[in-house]
Amino acid sequence: MSPTDTSAGPPAVSLRGIGMAFGGKTVLESVSLDIAPGSVVALLGANGAGKSTLIKILSGVHTDHSGQVEVNGDPAALQSPLAARQLGIQTVHQRIGEGIVPGLTAAENLVFEELAQRRGNPFLDGRRLLARAREIQSALDLGWSDQVLKRDVTELGISDRQLLILARALATSPRLLVLDEPTSALSAAEAERLFALVERMRDDGIAVLYVSHRLGEIDALADRLVVLRDGRLTEDQAKPFDWDRALRAMLAQAQGAQAQGTRTRGAGTARPTDAKQGPGPGTGSHAGATSASGSASAPASGEIAVSLRGVPLLPGRTPQDLDLRAGEVTGVVGLLGAGKTELARGLFGAEPFPTGTVELDGRPYAPRRPADAIRRGVHLVPEDRHADALVPGWSLAQNVSLPFLRSLSTAGLVNRRRENALGRDTIEQLGVVARDEHSSVEELSGGNQQKVVVGRWLAEKPRVLILDEPFRGVDIGARRDIGRRARALAAEGAAVLVLSADVDEVLEVADRVVVLAAGEIHLDAYGEDAERDRVIRTISASV
Amino acid sequence: MTTTQSTEVPTKVAPPAATSPALRVQSAVIKYGFIFVTVTLFAYFALSEPSFRDSATLLDTLRYVSVAAILGLGVTLTMAVGGIDMSVGAVAGLGVTVAAKTMVSYNQVGLVAILAVIAAGALAGLLNALLIVVLKIPDMLATLGTMFVIQGTKLVLVDGQSITPGMTQSDGSTAPGRFTEGFLRIDRGTVLGIPVSVLIFGALTVVAWVFLARTRWGRVLYAIGANPEASRLAGIRVGAYRALAYVLSGVLASIGGLILASRIGQGDVSAGTSQLLEAVAVALVGTSVLGRGRPNVWGTALGAVLIGIITTGLTIKGLPYYTQDVVEGAVLILALIFSFTLSKRRTA
Repeated sequence: MSPTDTSAGPPAVSLRGIGMAFGGKTVLESVSLDIAPGSVVALLGANGAGKSTLIKILSGVHTDHSGQVEVNGDPAALQSPLAARQLGIQTVHQRIGEGIVPGLTAAENLVFEELAQRRGNPFLDGRRLLARAREIQSALDLGWSDQVLKRDVTELGISDRQLLILARALATSPRLLVLDEPTSALSAAEAERLFALVERMRDDGIAVLYVSHRLGEIDALADRLVVLRDGRLTEDQAKPFDWDRALRAMLAQAQGAQAQGTRTRGAGTARPTDAKQGPGPGTGSHAGATSASGSASAPASGEIAVSLRGVPLLPGRTPQDLDLRAGEVTGVVGLLGAGKTELARGLFGAEPFPTGTVELDGRPYAPRRPADAIRRGVHLVPEDRHADALVPGWSLAQNVSLPFLRSLSTAGLVNRRRENALGRDTIEQLGVVARDEHSSVEELSGGNQQKVVVGRWLAEKPRVLILDEPFRGVDIGARRDIGRRARALAAEGAAVLVLSADVDEVLEVADRVVVLAAGEIHLDAYGEDAERDRVIRTISASV
Repeated sequence: MTTTQSTEVPTKVAPPAATSPALRVQSAVIKYGFIFVTVTLFAYFALSEPSFRDSATLLDTLRYVSVAAILGLGVTLTMAVGGIDMSVGAVAGLGVTVAAKTMVSYNQVGLVAILAVIAAGALAGLLNALLIVVLKIPDMLATLGTMFVIQGTKLVLVDGQSITPGMTQSDGSTAPGRFTEGFLRIDRGTVLGIPVSVLIFGALTVVAWVFLARTRWGRVLYAIGANPEASRLAGIRVGAYRALAYVLSGVLASIGGLILASRIGQGDVSAGTSQLLEAVAVALVGTSVLGRGRPNVWGTALGAVLIGIITTGLTIKGLPYYTQDVVEGAVLILALIFSFTLSKRRTA
């Protein structure tokens, strides 16, 4: 059946009628899939479609499924993560932090699976260990010197850590490698290194199951794509992909996925607020620090809500000027380390700017802590929802109300009725999929958790809403809902700032695009001037 | 607007009522197991030992546990912010000394002693807050440090001697004062037949419960314990609230000290030391009562009563007093199994 399954020999791994249910609720239903050696199969699906469950079955975490898994043509029992690994199925999970051991060196982390095994010399042989690590790094061309290998793993950047985990999985010469959102924390340039590694795996005959929300990546890397929806495989395509069809299969929409309210991928068309488009002269793509500010073809729609003057975004870089207007969504694009998060956290008072002045609605604004920012109506949806936003074990409503308990309380006592009403509002306005406002946030899927965080910061209407990487690990449906709310908020007169490393995500929601590289503004443009290729060119030129 | 959502399926479906009977039994065991054990033991002691049924015995049991329970409430507050106050026993002991010193050496009335003791407790809490919040020392280590410092300070205050009415002081004079009648009534007096200390225990439990479970301040304390960085980014002054928890813990510990002073009737230098482990045990047992898996006020109060019932019951049964620690330790470990081992299996 599978379009690419023409190679001789059995598939590396095949699934035969896999089904799974949790507490009476079917999550996977008769999923059959052959993954040929040396092929990259992309797995797409909205949050909650069953992707994680399928991955957990393959990695030996969920064992009570129906159906049969075959490895290399033989029936296989994946009763434990160890069994799965021994059968040659390696899984690289989405959260990088779970894969590395802080306090050990990069080299020790690289050979960790060997260290963790019971046999052999109980004493660490540093030299042998380093030699083995060196071997792995040269085989995979990671470009790491001994110095890097001897460093504590926590000193490595996030992309090097991701590569390390990948390299460790590859060092075992797996039959199938499952990659779950491997680029979700990486910028475009960093992702390139990972892609090179994936290409190499394919050439070595390793089968790859690639789970990602980034369509551009899949287009470039995958030989074949399958779509999971409501626990069933609904689409199976060989290259070249019919994206319209794939997205339709994924989102279960009658009309084409392109006909949505938000801006579509990669084009400066179909902007909902066409009135704001002013042609104007485009700013130079390499405008100097000071000239870039406000020099965009600013349409005279909203007044200036926030103005930054002489604010350094990264230490040792030229201080920047930037104005944010009310009534529009400003998108900031930049690679990891471009100063996006510094901008967001500085405006929110989480890490105050060292120098420079900021005005909010014409009045001085110098938040020393988030509480100051919130008082002035500046809200931040932080980059990492687990570490920086959600309170585990709490209900949806309690997570929403946390910053605004004072106004929900009388004489200190929390008014639970009003709190629950707030939770229901969030469910309604953002389309959160949850039983009710009492559901624990941990029961929700990633996209729905993100909606809860966004809903929290809309619970009291912000003057300025900052969204730092709001679409990371979020399915397309949730991304659209969040984008729509951001646009609606801007239409009501707030200033909205969206920061992301993904050009398409930013183009999808923003009226105006600012390109940030190494702490400096390289492009600030509206409308057709902020067209996709130009933004990408600007980023690549600034590297 | 939200039609796209209808296609989403929550990845994890919340356990509905229709789970397997075995699972339901297990979650019931986790939730009510400890209460069940308490009631069973209570019934067993009551049926086999007539003297256990006596209401005086029961009130005595409550009176006995009131100090550990009140100290445990303070530990519960500090556990809510993700820390733990190991200095509560020492602070209670300091309270005993300060009360004795105020009344016996300085010949002041009971009210002055009460205010002095509470002020000392608040001060000790501030010291903990300084070390933990400002100087960023891990909670347990910082409070272990203050525990020693406070115990030592207490000895320095009284030149290493217990303070008794009529004692000869270091300058050769005779101590002018004594424990006032009113002060002694804190532990020995009754209102409508209920010991005052038991009433204080009950009142503080209710106040602490309202504070922790119903007010926004309590909510914020729990938020800090569960995710401090998210709390900070939600606009919460994390340091101030953690300091508040330690000051309140110090004040509660000093109230425990007042009851202890009233009970002993003299400035015993060794008072309070045994209270620490009991208070921590009570708060830890409390996390498992009701299956909450997190520090909570009713759990702590019930945990204290449970430990009281077991010790009293076994004492009446003729178990020697020196086995008490073994029994209490076993109860604590059982409670920890409930709150960690069993409840973890449930959520896996």
